[in-house]
Amino acid sequence: MKISLFIGCFNDTLFPDTGRAVVEVLERLGHAVDFPLAQTCCGQMHNNSGYGADATALMRRHLDVFDGAETVVCPSSSCVVTVRQAYPRLAAATGDAALLDRARALAGRTFEFAEFLVKKLGLEDVGAYYPHRVTYHSTCNSLRGLGLGDAALKLLRGVRGLDLVELPGAEQCCGFGGTFAVKNAETSIAMLTDKLAAIRGTGAEVCTAVDNSCLMHIAGGLSRERSGRRTLHLAEILNSVEGSMAS
Amino acid sequence: MSAARDAILGRIRAALGDAPAEAPVPRSFRRAGTADRAALIAGFAEKASAYRVRVELCGAAEVAATAARLLGERGHVRLAVPAGLPAGFAPEGFDLVPDEGLDRATLSAVDGVITACACAIAQTGTIVLDHGAGQGRRALTLLPDYHLCIVEAGRIVDLVPEAVARMEPAVKAGRPLTFISGPSATSDIELSRVEGVHGPRTLDVIVVRDA
Amino acid sequence: MSTDTPVHEGPGILVERPFPAAARDALKDAQLRRNIGKATTTIRAKRRNAVAEMPDWEALRDAGYAIKRDALRRLDENLLKLDASVTAAGGTVHWARDGAEANRIVGDILAGHGAEEVLKIKSLTTDETGLNGALEARGIDAIETDLAEVIVQKGGDRSSHILVPAIHRNRAEIRAIFKRELPDTDDLTDDPKALTAAARRYLREKFMTVPCAVSGANFAVAETGSVAIFESEGNGRMCLTLPRVLITVMGIEKVVPRWDDMAAFLQLLPRSSTAERMNPYNSVWSGTRAGEGPEEFHLVLLDNGRTAVLADEAARDTLNCIRCSACLNICPVYERTGGRAYGSTYPGPIGAILTPQLDPSAEAATLPFASSLCGACYEVCPVKIDIPRILVHLRSKANAAKGTTGEALAMAAMARVFGSERLYALAQRAVAVGQRPFVRDGQIRALPGPLAGWTAMRDLAPVPKQSFRGWWAERKR
Repeated sequence: MKISLFIGCFNDTLFPDTGRAVVEVLERLGHAVDFPLAQTCCGQMHNNSGYGADATALMRRHLDVFDGAETVVCPSSSCVVTVRQAYPRLAAATGDAALLDRARALAGRTFEFAEFLVKKLGLEDVGAYYPHRVTYHSTCNSLRGLGLGDAALKLLRGVRGLDLVELPGAEQCCGFGGTFAVKNAETSIAMLTDKLAAIRGTGAEVCTAVDNSCLMHIAGGLSRERSGRRTLHLAEILNSVEGSMAS
Repeated sequence: MSAARDAILGRIRAALGDAPAEAPVPRSFRRAGTADRAALIAGFAEKASAYRVRVELCGAAEVAATAARLLGERGHVRLAVPAGLPAGFAPEGFDLVPDEGLDRATLSAVDGVITACACAIAQTGTIVLDHGAGQGRRALTLLPDYHLCIVEAGRIVDLVPEAVARMEPAVKAGRPLTFISGPSATSDIELSRVEGVHGPRTLDVIVVRDA
Repeated sequence: MSTDTPVHEGPGILVERPFPAAARDALKDAQLRRNIGKATTTIRAKRRNAVAEMPDWEALRDAGYAIKRDALRRLDENLLKLDASVTAAGGTVHWARDGAEANRIVGDILAGHGAEEVLKIKSLTTDETGLNGALEARGIDAIETDLAEVIVQKGGDRSSHILVPAIHRNRAEIRAIFKRELPDTDDLTDDPKALTAAARRYLREKFMTVPCAVSGANFAVAETGSVAIFESEGNGRMCLTLPRVLITVMGIEKVVPRWDDMAAFLQLLPRSSTAERMNPYNSVWSGTRAGEGPEEFHLVLLDNGRTAVLADEAARDTLNCIRCSACLNICPVYERTGGRAYGSTYPGPIGAILTPQLDPSAEAATLPFASSLCGACYEVCPVKIDIPRILVHLRSKANAAKGTTGEALAMAAMARVFGSERLYALAQRAVAVGQRPFVRDGQIRALPGPLAGWTAMRDLAPVPKQSFRGWWAERKR
């Protein structure tokens, strides 16, 4: 299968290791991965913050980049939800029927990474080895936006050496929410504080998820705690194999 | 008055403009259950009991005796009864006060009230009054502190939509309805449930198996 | 003079501070956090169980949504039909363009009966219009009869939850309020049973003697002229049954076309609201009836901004709301801040979309931003209001109303950068360089300006030297 990687500006700039892990896992599984260099940002922040016109312009650009792609895979649940849910709405609002068709079509062939592995490729064991105690935070966008279910947990259970511990209140938002974390910083931090307490309670060394934006938020709190606990994107755990320098 | 009406209707029409009609309403939820009479009785009893309603079962010939036993255990003597309460529902040896326009003070002072019902719902343990014969006006089942309701099994439906359908003629005839699910209750203080706020504090039900 | 815009005569819809400022105070209140946290956790679990036993819950939600959509699409027809059927049943129908007009109508009816007191069933709609204050100004004392409303009213307080308004108060606080305000409470303990009994004694005398009552409405059925009230305590039944005069104030969006529509809502509302299979009492009545209940029934149909919501197709579903409060109980923001931070009769997620549509102030315009868009509210909504989508829509409206702000300029600049692969790659490198003054021991611990909120409690990992696209380009070589 020909896979086009939609990395997301956030991962591209701040978490390049996640993108690298996605490429390496997919190639290890025998798939060719292409990275269209013209891609920038899907417009999620603009859309969610109430700048619909800017978001629509970025959507047009994103469609131009990926119109020709056969299957698009992205390691960010919130970016995928933007393409799946916001794009058809933004396109419909323009009144441009052709644009709406393109948006709907791309929404139908864009997948989150874990979703792609489990639901499209039918895989649960990708040959990873990660001997650490790990807990999984189901991001709101993966849980409610994508309906990812237990796809990520299945993949984690398939990792050798990994000690998976359930995160209490996993369905609760970590408090990130994009610009919410800055505009309503105190409420956001109150939510994060409870999430950190839940993570602490699991005794996990690593908290993983399918979205680096939530993980950056959680990592920012963990770093302040000086507990040594850290976050790692699911793709990077799946890319850890015996003998690799998994961190 | 009509100026306000015209203004509001005008705003509504302007707001909707030529918006397209909505798609037909999907009503694919369960409209009728499949339980047989025994299951209906058991279901109703279980759900009503969950509201801490005491539910007794008896045959048609035993209603008055069962009511007498229940009232005896509760220590109730003086009970208001609505017009049209089936003769077989009236326990002997009690002071039954027919509601012929009893005043509020009298209604508040009786030990309780005995009524029939229009319908009952197994799915939720609810009894429905349409305040017709044997059920009395609304105040009758509101002011006394105790309510004994006699439910003939043939009046129990499985699901809420069946009760809504069964009550349609009463509603269309302009009759009020009261759906009662357990004694009055509140959870307003720290969400701890307290029973008996303003309506009857105790609700007993007798289900008549073969009626 | 009645207006095209909402008029509220009290603090019901009066957002006095931006949400972040109001939230700041609420977040400092450990007692409030504990009370609200306990309440929402309990009721969330209960709702989950009540919904789980319904195999057709999703079909019910679909029906609830569609019935409301259809009812609103033909709102003019439905209201006219309701007017006719209530009138035929012996009631009198009044129309009120705004809150002040509704308050005046109710006040006039009561004054016509020489009323000095009026009983009230908990009603969000009359809280919205500020009815109690308006009546007080005319010398009429509004007596709240719902236990929580008694606690709020006697405590000189404001509601923090749609369903359980006094949920921010614990038993000790309630005991203190009752000892101060209610008769015969010298030996009152803090047992909820004893507190409830004290309220029962106080209200019983009122129910038996006060001849007028005001209620809201959960639903009204156009074809039959029926009005429905869902409640638990029996104070509703008392007010609907004993007084001689009953006045019901309802928002125009509460009308449904057919009696059969109640088949859906009699299931959706209780399980979403009190999280029971059925709440203790549901009353349905049509007009007046000889020998039974009030001799005089008035129905006041209130617009107060609802037609403007109707006109905004992207926000119209706001009017689907049946005021169950499931979205409050599931909301992580509400759980931390409580309801009063929203400054409105309508708190939580539904308040964050409804209030700014009823209150055009800049303060109310901060409410749509009081959400992480986690989506939990939409998932539990029994009438499928896509609250996150409407929040985003109202954010756009709020931004547009503010015009060219620093934020709007920054967003436009970023959109320009994202519009060009070359500018984007340049910006990535610029950020990697520009962050250097802020990096300490491998983390960014303090940021200036609007980003300071982030680093108040959170570190930020610095931008890596090489972007993903940098790695990809290098790898391809």
